[in-house]
Amino acid sequence: MTALIALFWRDLRRAWGSGALWLPVLFFLLVATAFPFAVGPDAPLLRRAGGGMVWVAALLSALLPIDRLVKPDKDAGVLDQLAVRGFADELIAAVKIVAHAIGFGLPLLIALLPASALLAQDSARVETLATGIAIAIPALASLALLSAALTANLKGGSAIGGLLILPLAVPMLIFGAGMLDPSGRGAVKLLAAVSLLLTVIGPFAAGAALRGLRE
Amino acid sequence: MTALLRLEDVACIRGDRLLFVRLSLTLERGAALWLRGPNGAGKSSLIRLAAGLLRPAAGTVERRERIALIDEATALDAELPLRRALDFWARIDTVDGHAVDRAMDDMALAPLAEVPVSMLSTGQRKRAAMARVIASGAPIWLLDEPANGMDDAAQARLVAGIAKHRANGGAVLLASHFALGVPDLAELDMGALA
Repeated sequence: MTALIALFWRDLRRAWGSGALWLPVLFFLLVATAFPFAVGPDAPLLRRAGGGMVWVAALLSALLPIDRLVKPDKDAGVLDQLAVRGFADELIAAVKIVAHAIGFGLPLLIALLPASALLAQDSARVETLATGIAIAIPALASLALLSAALTANLKGGSAIGGLLILPLAVPMLIFGAGMLDPSGRGAVKLLAAVSLLLTVIGPFAAGAALRGLRE
Repeated sequence: MTALLRLEDVACIRGDRLLFVRLSLTLERGAALWLRGPNGAGKSSLIRLAAGLLRPAAGTVERRERIALIDEATALDAELPLRRALDFWARIDTVDGHAVDRAMDDMALAPLAEVPVSMLSTGQRKRAAMARVIASGAPIWLLDEPANGMDDAAQARLVAGIAKHRANGGAVLLASHFALGVPDLAELDMGALA
């Protein structure tokens, strides 16, 4: 257990310490800033379209850190050293997913506030957005780690990793943005179901991918 | 005598090349075996097989105890001071800080404790990896070219470290393309297997 906690803190420290954390958050804010310039400062239009834009930006910013999740650890031999010590690949994947969900998810939720303000979202919609994104974060972290593990052996893996994530993340985009629609009351349950499914599959699929890296 | 590590009739295929077949070896407490041979003979593959990082194409690999491994990667976080990078593995191995102190003394690393790993030279990194192995307290050492880039003084410390480990009942599987001067050493010439 001590070992797993050490592993968790190492991932969190590397995420927050390197400054790489601010890249996805900055990207998220950048999209939110650029959108009103593109569609014009029409508040009702921004309010209607902005919620969906927040979801798109959150999804795309989740793709950014893929190349630093697994490949550096693989190249440094850290994954081999953990395997030699008998840690199950699924367990390593699970710890990494939790660390990434917290390391990436918390700043994203904080950045949601200024982003929502830029997109003229009122407090009720901000609440809905925050709930939805909070539900989706574990699944986004799972998907990010899965594609990071699958592409760690490839050159230019992060671009392919993005393509891998996107189709799997589309249901979350639909249900997450659907929560904003007054008629979409079931959307939150569907979003939670999709997120739960992806979160549960994540450690096993990513663990198998980590095992594959050694062959 | 108890065997810490036993390989029986092991075969290894990398890509579509057969590296070796029917290879058997046993490491008992206090034993050390030198895998020698030219580049590409399969020394590293055999080490990875023994470590469980590769699956043998045939045969069985049996490990009775914990393992410590050195390979070409240091597995120390480049941005951390050396001491903290080693402390991470000490926490993973659940050994206390004294074990790290002793291991750093053994490899003469104490003056480098606050230096970031990224600033260390090749030989210093190998010494750091060796300190990680010593601190782990694992009875089976798998060392793949541990002396690469080491100067004479560091090699002497490595040899002394191996001797101390064997005296404490540990076993060492050592892959190296040159002789390190470890006394009382069994040899396996991988070049002759091909």
